[in-house]
Amino acid sequence: MSHDSTPDLSRRRFITGAVGAVASLTVAPGIFLMQTNAQAGTKPGARWGLLINTNVCGDCNACVTACHKENGVGSMNRPTTDAQWIRKVNITDRATGHSRSLPVMCQHCEHPPCVDVCPTGASFRRADGIVLVNKHTCIGCRYCMMACPYKARSFIHEHLTDQVPHAPRGKGTVESCTLCVHRIDKGERTTACVEACHTEGNGAMVFGDLNDPNSEISRRLAEYGGAAIRADLGLNPGVRYQGL
Amino acid sequence: MKAMTHFREIEGRSKGYYGLLVLLLFGIGLGLVAAALKGTYGHHITGMNNHVVWGLPHVFAIFLIVAASGALNVASIASVFGRKAYKPLAPLSGLLAITLLVGGLAVLVLDLGRPDRLIVAMTHYNFKSIFAWNIFLYTGFIAIVAVYLWFMMERRMNPHSTKVGYLAFIWRLILTTGTGSIFGFLVAREAYDAAILAPLFIALSFSLGLAVFLLVLMAAYNWTGRPLGDAILRRLKNLLGIFVAGVLYFVAVYHLTNLYATRLHGVEAFLLVHGGIYPFLFWFGQIALGSVLPLVLLFHPVWSRCRAVIAAACGLVILGGLAQLYVTIIGGQAYPLDLFPGHDVSSSFFDGVVAPYTPSAVEWMLGIGGVALALFMVTVAIKFLRFLPESLADDKVDPHHAAQAAAGAEPAKA
Repeated sequence: MSHDSTPDLSRRRFITGAVGAVASLTVAPGIFLMQTNAQAGTKPGARWGLLINTNVCGDCNACVTACHKENGVGSMNRPTTDAQWIRKVNITDRATGHSRSLPVMCQHCEHPPCVDVCPTGASFRRADGIVLVNKHTCIGCRYCMMACPYKARSFIHEHLTDQVPHAPRGKGTVESCTLCVHRIDKGERTTACVEACHTEGNGAMVFGDLNDPNSEISRRLAEYGGAAIRADLGLNPGVRYQGL
Repeated sequence: MKAMTHFREIEGRSKGYYGLLVLLLFGIGLGLVAAALKGTYGHHITGMNNHVVWGLPHVFAIFLIVAASGALNVASIASVFGRKAYKPLAPLSGLLAITLLVGGLAVLVLDLGRPDRLIVAMTHYNFKSIFAWNIFLYTGFIAIVAVYLWFMMERRMNPHSTKVGYLAFIWRLILTTGTGSIFGFLVAREAYDAAILAPLFIALSFSLGLAVFLLVLMAAYNWTGRPLGDAILRRLKNLLGIFVAGVLYFVAVYHLTNLYATRLHGVEAFLLVHGGIYPFLFWFGQIALGSVLPLVLLFHPVWSRCRAVIAAACGLVILGGLAQLYVTIIGGQAYPLDLFPGHDVSSSFFDGVVAPYTPSAVEWMLGIGGVALALFMVTVAIKFLRFLPESLADDKVDPHHAAQAAAGAEPAKA
């Protein structure tokens, strides 16, 4: 090794070190982000769902108000085009006259027709069962709204302002209940509607992991059962109802 | 004996021609203004809403798309079924197939919530969606028919035109199956979810495409003063009558099958009896004016000899087709989804009630824009390219007719 080569080596070391440092700085945040997500995000293997006890659910609108406040969904005083992520439906059995009131939102199907028909794949189902719309690839064709058996989706018919950061909404795209995915991805284990139902309503709603046999939702379902709306379609929705 | 057909561009210098171009450009302008208004203010300025999500633009768009595939039938009869009398009509048939499809797609795209994201639809595909398939079926159709036209109009390529004709025929059948299946695959809505919608749409495409073709043919020959013989018209009008009857058959089977199922009595009663505008459009528009009256006009031994009657029948078939698509597309959505069978349902989101819908001026403008675009392209194309035979007089079209006429016999009936 000649005397002249020493500075070369050190330069090489410097360059190698610099590249390594830059690479670490570039990659590390990604690694840290992934670690953070894994800890506070959704639960691997989970299937999130809701259980609604229609025998307890009353006439209040707390779940609807809370959802729309949480996600920045406001009325434009145009009932036919106003978006509704969740709505209270009053039903009366024609044979018996028995009446109930229950909230209906995206049912987060295992086999969602909206995902099947979406031409661009903007409608998608996460591994944890939450059905969402990718607001970047939704072209606003509304075929998903034609396909949804639950009328769960709304199209944004006008220019919007003051959206909340965690629920991006924009004119010309379709949207629906996200099962408060922003909360779940932060590690919270409840939704705005369920929270409001417990604090202001009758405590008729339970959120939880349908795949965890020890979760409250699974235990309640195992003990009391739970029906799906339009079970005949075989979509296996993640939202279940007691007393239907 | 082989009749030689001479194709020639139309002159296209008359006031009438330029007047027609201005009129069609005005129509295209209406469509563009409508698209700009929608883009600026959003869909709330239309009659469409969260309950009737597809409205009048979709009626126009699907009409044009269905008519496009049907317009190609005249060419198919010549190349696939070997009926030589139709051969001179094949280039116009192919041209209409492309232009009508482009007009329909323009309406469909401009009605998207985000038409600026068309590139997304071209780069992201979900192949379980019939919509995604349709993107390929529609663009493929345009490409195949363009090649078909090239092979027909370029003498060196003539020998290959039959092969492309076969491909185009099969493709158009698949294409209309795809269009019908947009509705046929919707399991949740009671008016849809029926496999018969695919063949029904194919039959509808036959009748609508031929009605549009006949009107354009008669207008072009009448306005340019070129001879158009009775023989070819008689064949085409008889064919139109058969297609109209075919659509009636599929409509009858569709409704009879639904009427047999108790769970579908509600939607059938809505569409056929008490649904307000929808039964009116069905019985008066689709059946009486759009099917029965044209059948009478087209097959009446005396009336059907008059060209004005044939043209009127074509117009009625088109109006009936629009009424049919309105009832199918909008009526099918207006009838409430049955989330809770056996229950009376109400909510602030129009559950359990007939969804309100009134088409707005913006939607009419967009639809008219699509029709004008299709016709504008035809009007320009026939001026610059040789789509139309110089003569469609009886002796030019049908060699047998010429021979019989020479022998003093009665003209052959189709």
